[in-house]
Amino acid sequence: MGAHAPAATGPQHSDPTTHGGTTKLFLTVWVWLLILTGIEVFLAYLRLPPILMLTILVGLSLIKSVLIVAYFMHLRFEKIGMFLTLIPATVFCICVMLLYFFPDSVRLMNMRP
Amino acid sequence: MSHSEAEGIVSSPWSGGVAPFAVNSKKLGMWLFIVSDTLTFTALLVAYAYVRLANPDWPRPFEIWPAIAKSSAMTLILLSSSLTMVLGVAAANRGDRKATLKYLGWTMFFGLAFVIIHMTEWYTLIVHEKVTPWSNPWGPPLFGATFFGITGLHMTHVTIGVVYLAIIAWGFKKEKFAPIDVEVSGLYWHFVDLVWMFVFPMLYLMSVNLKG
Repeated sequence: MGAHAPAATGPQHSDPTTHGGTTKLFLTVWVWLLILTGIEVFLAYLRLPPILMLTILVGLSLIKSVLIVAYFMHLRFEKIGMFLTLIPATVFCICVMLLYFFPDSVRLMNMRP
Repeated sequence: MSHSEAEGIVSSPWSGGVAPFAVNSKKLGMWLFIVSDTLTFTALLVAYAYVRLANPDWPRPFEIWPAIAKSSAMTLILLSSSLTMVLGVAAANRGDRKATLKYLGWTMFFGLAFVIIHMTEWYTLIVHEKVTPWSNPWGPPLFGATFFGITGLHMTHVTIGVVYLAIIAWGFKKEKFAPIDVEVSGLYWHFVDLVWMFVFPMLYLMSVNLKG
């Protein structure tokens, strides 16, 4: 949609910007999501320290969430302004939460005899 | 300011009368809801990660069968439901009403299957293992509180999603709803799937019984 296109209005108007993604692409993303899930289950049976395990599992889940948001939720095919409005602010809020909680949780663990 | 410069400002996407993001208002509204719900789930999961890491006595009760097998199957089911949902959205956008309803039906089926398997998982924990939000046989009561709190909120989202999809499918069949309505419901459904991608490893895989 160009800059001069009219705003989408009533419920009967389908979104003209909806595009992108083929069945083959969606199947590929689905297979990758399954592979990453399989890796997560495998890792769960390795005797890793909890903080390392949590970091790896959340890292893999972040990759999975990027695939879902980009392809299944079509954000990859939206205007860049939409991405810049939604994602950086969300990531910032999440980082603030992690900044508050994670160092303290490790401190408590290390204080134990 | 020259005339051409003034014209450029007036016709910019932010000067009013146009959609700067080039999306339907319903779609933008759903995205904003998803951002707020993301923060809700993030707060719960970060709080869970805090108590999980800070507590070396955290229980690891989940054996391969039934907990890990069931939760892995539930993950497969939700991922498959996202695939059928995205295929349903594509079918709606190309005007294939029959295929849209078929894919929406499969998505609802997967969603119901997820809820039913999850309920059996809860039943095992509550009735056989005597786990409640306030106590459990293995130690820190917070295990039950965080488990039932987070999975319960997620299961509520899945249940609402199935009802939402049923309403959209009915309306789309009756030609009351447009393809954009299917797409917006798809955004919600994929978000529910996305949340499970964090709940499954953090709650189940971090509590696998390594002695079993």
